[in-house]
This record gives sequence, structure tokens and C-alpha cells, in this order.
Amino acid sequence: MRQDRNSQEQYYKKFTRNMVLLVIVVSFVPMLLISGGVLRAYRLSYSDKLYAHLKEVVHRHAQDIDSFLNARLANLQFLLDSCTDENLFDEAVLEEKLFQLQQKYDGVFEDLGVINEQGVQEAYAGRYKLEKVDYSDASWFNEALEKTYYISDIFLGMRSKPHFIISVKRFRQDRYLLLRATINFETFNYLAENLRFGKTGFAFILNKKGDFQTKPHNEMLPSNRSYKDFISAGKKAKHGIYIGELNDEYGNPKSIYLAALLKNDDWILVYTQEKEEAFADLIRTQFRTGVTIFVGSLLIVLMNAILFHKVISHLTEVDRQREIMNQQIIDAGKLASVGRLAAGTAHEINNPVAIMVQEAGWIEDLLAEEEFKDGENLAEIKRALKQINTQGNRCKEITHQLLNFARRTDSQKQSLHLNELINEVVALSNKKSYTGISIKTDLDQALPSIYGSPSEVQQIMLNLINNARYALEKSGGQINITTRLEGKHILAVVEDNGPGIPEANLDRIFDPFFTTKPVGQGTGLGLSICFGIIKRMGGEITVHSKVDEGTRFEIRIPLKKAPPDTA
Amino acid sequence: MREKTDVNKIKLLLVDDEKHFVEVLRKRLTKRNIDVTAAYSGTEGIQAVRKTDFDVAILDLKMGDMDGIEVLKMFKKMYAAMQVIILTGHGTEQTVQEGITSGAVAYLSKPCDFEELVDLIEKVRSRDGI
Repeated sequence: MRQDRNSQEQYYKKFTRNMVLLVIVVSFVPMLLISGGVLRAYRLSYSDKLYAHLKEVVHRHAQDIDSFLNARLANLQFLLDSCTDENLFDEAVLEEKLFQLQQKYDGVFEDLGVINEQGVQEAYAGRYKLEKVDYSDASWFNEALEKTYYISDIFLGMRSKPHFIISVKRFRQDRYLLLRATINFETFNYLAENLRFGKTGFAFILNKKGDFQTKPHNEMLPSNRSYKDFISAGKKAKHGIYIGELNDEYGNPKSIYLAALLKNDDWILVYTQEKEEAFADLIRTQFRTGVTIFVGSLLIVLMNAILFHKVISHLTEVDRQREIMNQQIIDAGKLASVGRLAAGTAHEINNPVAIMVQEAGWIEDLLAEEEFKDGENLAEIKRALKQINTQGNRCKEITHQLLNFARRTDSQKQSLHLNELINEVVALSNKKSYTGISIKTDLDQALPSIYGSPSEVQQIMLNLINNARYALEKSGGQINITTRLEGKHILAVVEDNGPGIPEANLDRIFDPFFTTKPVGQGTGLGLSICFGIIKRMGGEITVHSKVDEGTRFEIRIPLKKAPPDTA
Repeated sequence: MREKTDVNKIKLLLVDDEKHFVEVLRKRLTKRNIDVTAAYSGTEGIQAVRKTDFDVAILDLKMGDMDGIEVLKMFKKMYAAMQVIILTGHGTEQTVQEGITSGAVAYLSKPCDFEELVDLIEKVRSRDGI
């Protein structure tokens, strides 16, 4: 038995584990595959859209900057074309022109100057005292002389302030002259810089050497990068924009950048933003999805565990109950065997006892003869013989009881006398000493016989009486058993004045395995078996009870005609 | 050929396979002026009834060679006037019913009281074979 239980436990453990694993795999694999797939598609889509958007923006911005620069050059060109030399060299006219330009383009033009091919500024309009300054040694001058249109890098120059110069060259009367304008750095910077997204997205301009042409407000690049770096490290995309990633000091990718070439490839406009910020939505979505999957997985696993635990508990319980029933059946079988043994033994003993008693009687008969009349020990012999008789009768009583018991274990149906049965059961019960509990019977003597199995009816009465005894165990009390004829039924009542049964339990009292006894003391099968037996006999059993008043079981069994051959 | 003897003495057939039981009963019954013939099996009993007309028979139902009820039925067939008292073990109500139905006139359970037995024999005998 113990071995069975152990191996059964093992089996259930293994079974549970396998089923749980199976369900988990079946739940998880599709979920992970789908989420993985969807997430990946989303990431790709998001990335594509982000870059597409930024590309457009950066491209447009680069175009804006180039347009601005070209427009300024056009301004100067227009001036050159519309003014005569005399006007140009006339500082008053230059002042007027400058003023007009400043009016039209707020804060862009700082000053105007006309420089001859030797590098001397012959005319100047503007704030600074730069008349007749010699630029022949300035690098920008030499460069400007080479081109028709020239834009310089940002530099400090003689005014010790960052600015840049644009110039237009003209050839007139065998000589060149440059019309030069200073573009306000702040304004240009503002224009160039005006590409911001979030907190870490900003733009700047570098020249070929890697010098900043704009002044970003915060965060510089972690290391000095040159124009070349941006081009080589990035991938060329639409509109000639280079896209790439910048690493932090540990070599992990920290920011993305988009770079566009400006000013005939002299400059490069770089827009950069921290990856975390650029992909903020994506990151957040991924995180949320991850959390959801994780929580969902936990729930799946948890629910599985709970579910299977419940199932196994139930199965274990069912097994336990089945075991109890098996045990009961075995016990019943044993009882029947014992009954048969008892019957056999009793019959065997009856014969020798009968012979002994008769022989004693025979001796008694012989003693009546004349020859023994005056015997000395006659009285004693007679007494002894009587004793043999008495003891023989005692043996008879004992075997009768044994045979009674045996008869009751035989479940053959026959017509039986309920009162007799009740008396026997009460006599049996009284053999156990239950102090403080008394049983009173009030049995209708004229009670007709009923048809049934003696062992089953005995079981019912025994069960009810034992239940009553159990109830009265602590407080003591009285058990009353009554029988009487009630119309076409026999009514048998077993009642006690014990603690009673709470109303909530009354409905379930005949349910199998329902018991209020502590574990191990009752199987909860007694009353349900009684119920079954009585039902099969065509009768019914009812219970009436009130807490602290007592309990009363009423059994009604119909008077049936027994089948003819046993009548 | 059938024998007939003293009309007043009761002719009793005792059928039981317990030899010692039969012996002591026979002695005691003989002292009470009852003519006892003993048979130690169902077969012997039937042979005895074939030869003699008995007034009363005492038949133990629990015997080895034949079913007691069968023997009883045979007796009634062979000589219906003979009153048969069956000896049963205690608590075999069904057997008693069967016996009465098959023609037994009364029953006693073993071990039995001798005086009861004698009373019963006399009572039964005066009932003139119905």
C-alpha cells in the first residue's frame, strides 16, 4: 500500500511537470515568435521613418543655408552691377547702400568694402575703422582674388570678433576689384543652428579642416572629428546625405548623425542626436512590450502551476476516496469470512456439547434407579450433573450469539423482525462501556415483519446508534429507539438529546465523505450507506435536528410482500 | 414386510450421523418407554422406513450423505402418516421454513433440552398423521 502511494505520488509529480512544461512551451513559443516578429518590423519601420524624416529636414536645412549664402552673393553682385566705379568708391554711396541692405536684411550685413587688386580697401562702410586697410597678406584675400564668388570660413580677423566674409570680384578697366561684405556671425549662426529636435538634437557646421563654423550651445563632440571622418564613417544616402553613428568613450554607439555638404563641399552641415532620444518612442515601446511579455509570462506560468496543482489535488483526493472505498469493501469481505467461520465453528461445537449434555442427562436418569437411592454422594453427583447441564446451556448461548452474528453478516434477503434485530444491536452496543449514555427502547410488539437483508438493517441501526453515542460522548445523555406501524410503513426512530446538528450541515449529512469528525476518525460514509440501503428497500430516511436540543432520525420502510419461496 | 408391535409404545426413528448423540438419546428414550430405531445416515433412514411404519421420526437436517430436506421429502412420500421432527442448527430460519413446507411437523434446534424433546414427541404422536 505504502509503495503504491509513493509510486503514485512520483507519477503525479512527473505528470504535472511534463504537462506544465508542455503548456508553457505551447503558450510561449507562439507568443515570443509573434512579438519578436512584430517588434522587429516595428523597429525597422520606425527607423526608416525617422531617418527619412531627418534626411528631408537636414537636406532642406542645408539648402536653406546654401540659399542664404547664394542670396547674399547675389546681393553683392546686384550692387556691383548697378553701381558705377565712382559710386562704389564714394563712401557716402557705400554707406547708403549698406544702410539699404541692413534695412532689407535685418542684422545680416555688418559692413561693406571695396578692395583693389593690391589688397587695399579703398572704400569702407561700416562700424569699424577699416579704411585703407591692407589685406594683401590676409589669406582670405588671396583666395578671394582667385574666385569670382568667395565665401570665407569663420575667423576673428582684425576686429577680433568671429565673422565671415563674402566677396564678388569684378574686372573693370584692366583691373580687378572686390566688393566685400561681412556677414554677421550671430545671424548666420542662428540660421545654421536652427535645426533642433528634443534636448540632444542639434546641428553645426565644420569646414574641411574640422574647424567649427557655428557655435553650438552645449555638448561638444566627444572627440575632434573632421569633415573627412563624417564622410568616411557614414553611409551615403539620398540627396547626398551621409548617415552614421558616433560612439562614446567606451566604443558603444551613442549618437546618430546626418551630414550634408555645403558651400560647394567646403563645409559640412552635421545634425546629430543621441540615439536614446531619437529612438525614444521605439525604446519606450520595446520596453513596454518587454515588460508586458515578462509579466504575461509570469502569469502564464503562475496560472499553470495553480491550475495543475488544483487538478492534481483533486485527483489525489479522488484516489484517496477510492482507496477508502476499497478498504471498506475488503473489510466487508473480511467480515463475511469471519461470519462464515463463526457459523462453521458454532455448528461444530454444538454437536459435542449436545452429546455431553445428553450423557449427563442419561447419568441423571440412571441415578433414579433403586441401587443408587442411598448413595452417599448422591446429592453431590446430582448437583454436579446439574452443573454440567448449566454449563452446556451456557455453551449453547455462546454458540447462539455467534450464529446470530454470523447470520447478520449474510446479506441474503429474508423476512425479518425489526424489534429482534434492534434488541440484538442494543445488547451488542451495551457491551461497550459508555458512561452516562443510556439507551431506551419502545418497540411495538405487534410490529409486522419486513423483508430485507438482516446484515444491512443491522448496519443501519448500528450506525445510527453509534452516531448518537459519538454525539453524546462528552455530555452524556439519552438515546431513544422507537418502532411502530404507520399506515403501510414501519416507522423506526432513533433520537438523542445531544448537541444536535447545525442547519448548514443538515443538507449534506447523507452525502458520501461528509463528516464533521476529525481526520482519521470517520470516513463520512456511514449515513450515505444507510441512505442507499433504505432507498433500495423502497423506504426513506429523514433527519430532524436542532442545535443544543437533539437529533432525530426517522426511517420508514414499506411493508412488502416477501417473494413466495421464502414466505 | 412391515412390522407392527405394541400399540402404546411410540415407534421412533432417529436419524443423525453423530453416533454418540444417537446412542445416548436412544438409551434415554428407551428408558421413557419409547421404541427407538437408529439410522446413521439419510440412506439408512430411508431403508428403515421402508421396512417399518414409525410413528415419529427425528431427523437431523445437517447430515453428510444426503440433503436433509430431500430425506424429509422421501419420508413423506413413503409413509405420510409418520410425523417428522427436524433438528436444526440455531439461526437457520430459512431451513426451518423449508422443512415445514416440505412436511416437517415441528423443529428443535440442537443442542436441545431432553424434556422438551420428549414432550414434543408425545404431543406430535397424538396428532394422528395429518
